[in-house]
Amino acid sequence: MTEIFYPVFIMGGLGLVFGALLAFASVKFFVPVDERQTEIREILPGANCGACGFPGCDGFAEALVEGVSEVSKCAVVSAAIIEEIASILGVSANAEEPKVAFLKCNGSTDKVVQNCTYEGVMDCRQAAVIPGNGPSSCSYGCLGLGTCEVVCPFDAIHIENGLAVVDIEKCVGCGICVEQCPREVLLLIPKSAKVQVDCNSPLKGPDVKKSCSVGCIGCTICVKACPVQAIEMVESVAVIDPYKCTNCGICATKCPVKCISDRRPQELREKIPVA
Amino acid sequence: MMSLLALFISAIFVNNILLSRFLGCCPFLGVSGKLDTAKGMGVAVIFVTVMASLMTWVAYEFILVPLGLEYLYTLSFILIIAALVQFVEIVLKKIQPKLYKSLGIFLPLITTNCAVLGVAVLNMNEGYSLLQSLVHALGASVGFLLAIILMAGIRERIEANKNIPKCMRGLPIALVTAGLMSIAFMGFIGIIE
Repeated sequence: MTEIFYPVFIMGGLGLVFGALLAFASVKFFVPVDERQTEIREILPGANCGACGFPGCDGFAEALVEGVSEVSKCAVVSAAIIEEIASILGVSANAEEPKVAFLKCNGSTDKVVQNCTYEGVMDCRQAAVIPGNGPSSCSYGCLGLGTCEVVCPFDAIHIENGLAVVDIEKCVGCGICVEQCPREVLLLIPKSAKVQVDCNSPLKGPDVKKSCSVGCIGCTICVKACPVQAIEMVESVAVIDPYKCTNCGICATKCPVKCISDRRPQELREKIPVA
Repeated sequence: MMSLLALFISAIFVNNILLSRFLGCCPFLGVSGKLDTAKGMGVAVIFVTVMASLMTWVAYEFILVPLGLEYLYTLSFILIIAALVQFVEIVLKKIQPKLYKSLGIFLPLITTNCAVLGVAVLNMNEGYSLLQSLVHALGASVGFLLAIILMAGIRERIEANKNIPKCMRGLPIALVTAGLMSIAFMGFIGIIE
């Protein structure tokens, strides 16, 4: 009987003594933490992703209370929570515009000439380095093999028709897909930017036409049509500066190949001023 | 006296806890990315290992041996080390906030570190006296500090090298480096009888 009793007693006793010691120590050596820090920590997501540049949500909460960081540094929390944190801190939110991922390509499998039937590894990072550059004949557009879908921690990207489609309600703008995309065809834009060029090909018009029916041919009609000079040509593709763009939608109506998309609600799209 | 010195030197070089005993590889790879954090980790390990050796030696000699419960050493050592680290963390936070800032984040990592437990178990297996245990613990943890600082220095240079093939960047090259360092440390075998 003692063979069982002794160990149980000793180990239990040790555990009890240590537990009591720690409990005592935590009271005796209690370090007052700013209440606000605890409150903020509780409403932060707690994913410890580190996107804010601090060691986890604890570190971020501490930095906020000490005033070293901005409330808006956290990419994941919603605007409502940012305001709540700001009210705890007693400062105005001054929220930075949330960003979302955006795909600069509209070349779905039916619009781009397909070179071959791809049967390799279903990973864009692999397909981008093999000779032949994957299934589509455009070597600048979306490969559509779904690497971004796999890496997205928020389930916000899905492949439809050979194109990555971003769900802007789920997307938090963490930028992981942008980093992983071997074609650099994904980028982060402000959530409010609704009018964007859906092409990434810097090739000249005829070369683009050979492989894709909806690629930017570099005609510069949009550049001339833009009332606020928000569009410029980079090599042979138009790029809209989302910070200058007023989302008027004129360029989208002028584009001869329809490679500028207007993602605003239907009723707004109908009110495009005739320029 | 000479034997203690020999024990100390051999714990650092010949029986280096990381590179010849392969204990504590997790922080060795995880925290060796930057020289500063590697230093912090190494110093924290020295501190905890020596404290833990003292406590476990006392507990083993005065509690487990008299009661014939030697077989419970793993369980009780883990219990002692975990409670000790937690206790030190709480006290440090209050008394030495500055030291806590530099060591604090590493302490929880060390709680269940096999290097710390390994040193305590080695002390017991070798039947060291209290003084020998402490010298061995100090030597082993200084060896840990040495190895992790060397590793961090190498890794900082590796990071800057753009010629490394993509598939080897990060952890793979770190593991290869660790293997090569381990082979280099085998050169110390035989310097102490």
